[in-house]
Amino acid sequence: MADLPWIAADLHLHTVASACAEPEMTPPAIALRARELDLQLIAVTDHHSVENVQAVRQAAAGLGISVLPGMEVQTREEVHVLCLFPSMEPAVQWQAWIWEHLPNLPNREDFFGPQRVVDAAGRLLRKNPRLLQTSVNLSLEEVIARAEGFGGLAIPAHVDRPRYSLFANLGMVPDGLSLAGAEISRHLTAAEARARFPQLQGLGLIQSGDAHRLSEILRNTHLLLREPSLEEVRLALQGQQGRAVRCP
Amino acid sequence: MTVQDIVQALGLEVLSAKGETDRPVTGGYASDLLSCVMAGARAGHVWVTLQGHPNVAAVASLLQLAAVVVTEGAPVDPVTVQRAEENRLVLLTTPQDTFTTVARLAALGIQGGAPGPRRP
Repeated sequence: MADLPWIAADLHLHTVASACAEPEMTPPAIALRARELDLQLIAVTDHHSVENVQAVRQAAAGLGISVLPGMEVQTREEVHVLCLFPSMEPAVQWQAWIWEHLPNLPNREDFFGPQRVVDAAGRLLRKNPRLLQTSVNLSLEEVIARAEGFGGLAIPAHVDRPRYSLFANLGMVPDGLSLAGAEISRHLTAAEARARFPQLQGLGLIQSGDAHRLSEILRNTHLLLREPSLEEVRLALQGQQGRAVRCP
Repeated sequence: MTVQDIVQALGLEVLSAKGETDRPVTGGYASDLLSCVMAGARAGHVWVTLQGHPNVAAVASLLQLAAVVVTEGAPVDPVTVQRAEENRLVLLTTPQDTFTTVARLAALGIQGGAPGPRRP
């Protein structure tokens, strides 16, 4: 399998659909920044929204960048989970299901910021009026199991962060929960993460930018893959069939 | 002060280990971040939280806490109750919020313990 290529990826970034993202996080700007960084694979992971994924895919088409649909879910325990999907259809179905479990509150745009749905050129199509960045009424275990049921891959996000993370909020990996991998933040290396959280030993780790501005997009996750697809990412995280993942 | 005294004074519902409510309560701790609880709560404390996740039972058992009070009627996972029962941990629940619960515990004379280390 030595002939498989290493590709560079950032599998966690936000667009203007996330109220907390900078206005510069438009589809064309994200695509251009990904090309500057020579990323071959990105995932669009807004808070409880996949509404801008297709626009980023269109903006990235022709630039040699594959775009996975994704979502950052906040569980009942306020643990953030990165949910990635193989294609748009299950991602859209997932969004509908997640919205059933999201409290129906209005977005206070003056406080949180707008949640902009845009086209591939970054033009405003509409704003999502519903507050997206709050917890769904689902446990960590439910989110991971159901995302897998939708054909997705769900891993705990930025596990080393002091808030909204598996280890901060729940102290440890829950007994009986089998993780497909984990994401670490930019603030430490994989070796440091494994030393600090021994439960990460043996898990495939990605390191993502969790970019809310263009300068935060990272080129730190390297995947040995046959092609930039979700199934290949899953194999890489599990180190199966010659696939692999490494980050600093 | 025992767990039973708290149960009666606050009108709490006992979800698990009903035979263990004669345990003494030596202090209290309140947080919903389990990493903070692991650093800050002490053996014999009553822990007040609105998390009902199974890790609550794991952490409380690990620290040998006297009891856990889950506030605001937050959903308690059946696995949490099962683990608490297995570990002889008294799991309590109340519709009242954390502030009210802590205030009432403090009025009974239950105090916070030594502060834990500051989080990074």
